[in-house]
Amino acid sequence: MTSQHVQAIHVHGLEKSYKKLKVLRGVDFDVAPGSIFALLGSNGAGKTTVVKILSTLLKADAGTATVNDFDVASHPANVRESISLTGQFAAVDEILNGRENLVLVAKLRHLKDPGAIADDLLRRFSLSDAAARRVSTYSGGMRRRLDIAMSLIGSSPIIFLDEPTTGLDPEARIEVWQAVKELTEQGTTVLLTTQNLDEAEQLADRIAILHQGRIIVNGTLAELKRLLPPATVEYVQKQPTLEDVFFAIVGSQGDDVAGDDHGNARMDN
Amino acid sequence: MTTNFFGDTAVLLGRSLRHITRSLDTVITTTVMPIAFLLLFVYVFGGAIDTGSDSYVTYLLPGILLITIASGIAYTAYRLFLDRQSGIFERFQSMPIARSSVLWAHVLTSLVANLTSIVVVVLVALLIGFRSAAGVPAWLAVAGILILFTLALTWLAVIAGLSAKTVDGASAFSYPLIFLPFISSAFVPTHSMPGPVRAFAENQPVTSIVNTIRDLFTQQPVSTDIWIALGWCLGILVLAYVLAMAAYHRKIG
Repeated sequence: MTSQHVQAIHVHGLEKSYKKLKVLRGVDFDVAPGSIFALLGSNGAGKTTVVKILSTLLKADAGTATVNDFDVASHPANVRESISLTGQFAAVDEILNGRENLVLVAKLRHLKDPGAIADDLLRRFSLSDAAARRVSTYSGGMRRRLDIAMSLIGSSPIIFLDEPTTGLDPEARIEVWQAVKELTEQGTTVLLTTQNLDEAEQLADRIAILHQGRIIVNGTLAELKRLLPPATVEYVQKQPTLEDVFFAIVGSQGDDVAGDDHGNARMDN
Repeated sequence: MTTNFFGDTAVLLGRSLRHITRSLDTVITTTVMPIAFLLLFVYVFGGAIDTGSDSYVTYLLPGILLITIASGIAYTAYRLFLDRQSGIFERFQSMPIARSSVLWAHVLTSLVANLTSIVVVVLVALLIGFRSAAGVPAWLAVAGILILFTLALTWLAVIAGLSAKTVDGASAFSYPLIFLPFISSAFVPTHSMPGPVRAFAENQPVTSIVNTIRDLFTQQPVSTDIWIALGWCLGILVLAYVLAMAAYHRKIG
């Protein structure tokens, strides 16, 4: 971990209680610029609370947090200039259509030519065909893609994704993963929360496990694996997982998935 | 921040006005009940009510307009509650926008939606015989009072929309407001009511507002009621605004 003052996100001693329930009991972690950091934890571990504090939606009881070098408590407006939040539930406007949702966010970010920005994102997220349809008719995966597309408007240097794939089917999940990977190619810092171990493994440069209000482990996947007893060699017959079966029957993530140009997105890096 | 306030409010206002135009049923449901009351009281009960005035429709209309507004603002609370539920409220709050513009957009939308409903109800009243020889200044005064009343109740609705835990809770607060005109001078003259009821009816906000609008419609000189009416509207408006803003700041931390 680099201890220089160039962290995209710096969290130290963060505490938060709801009434008598202590949710965060001193959370510390840093996120390096341009990396994907996964905050892993079970339901109620406090992941969303951390994200809400970092995105200035909630005040911490104690501790400090800086985002893009701005303190969340003393410079919330600067923090909001630096971030984009994709909350736990797709925060899209159901009555507007997909394009109008994107134009709305582009206008609120005071960008020039909101229409062109919207059309570009619709294309990138394979939503062009559905652009003029009301979002209430979208599937869960389409909604989530639109939600993430809305978060990309304005090219914020730091993006928070709070459980971006919860409730999605396997195909939609892979589409989201692909979108997240593309983000870091542009140098965006991503803080991701998830309860899906596979997701953290697929995406994150660093993984921290939040448990009972504290970070109990923080490291790269390789470092975390070293914490376990050394691997032993066993011969086990490999049964196909249900996911393998699903993709074998549905025709993997192939061309027959309508409007999906993120084809073979199963990344193995 | 304040430099963006008007621009951001305009963008968000455009958004929620689209909600209105795409769900015109909300305007219809808002106006159905007041129109039903209007027809019921004019054609069923009206014959048995002696108001001492020439036209019962004209006597009744001011109260019906207040009922229209009271039922219309329930949708304001409902829309605000849905924004909170869907997460789009948090999205807006985490963006670099003038934060209060989120509320103002809802408030202005409420104003537009309610004025539309009012126009619909007045048109129906005209069809069934409402006539007023009131001039432009009197109509402007009526419009001003109704706008003030709408704003006052809208800020009440904002409190409900911000603090409600369920959809039902978000709109239930409007029921007593819809009921209030019944215990006022809106339907029958208050002097026919028994003592305590009459005392309540004559000293609650609706009576003074109804009397003022009725005087304006019938070209009577407006009494001191207009000052009481304005006092109530402004008082409720200021109080509701302060409480709504306090609830808002609690919410957005």
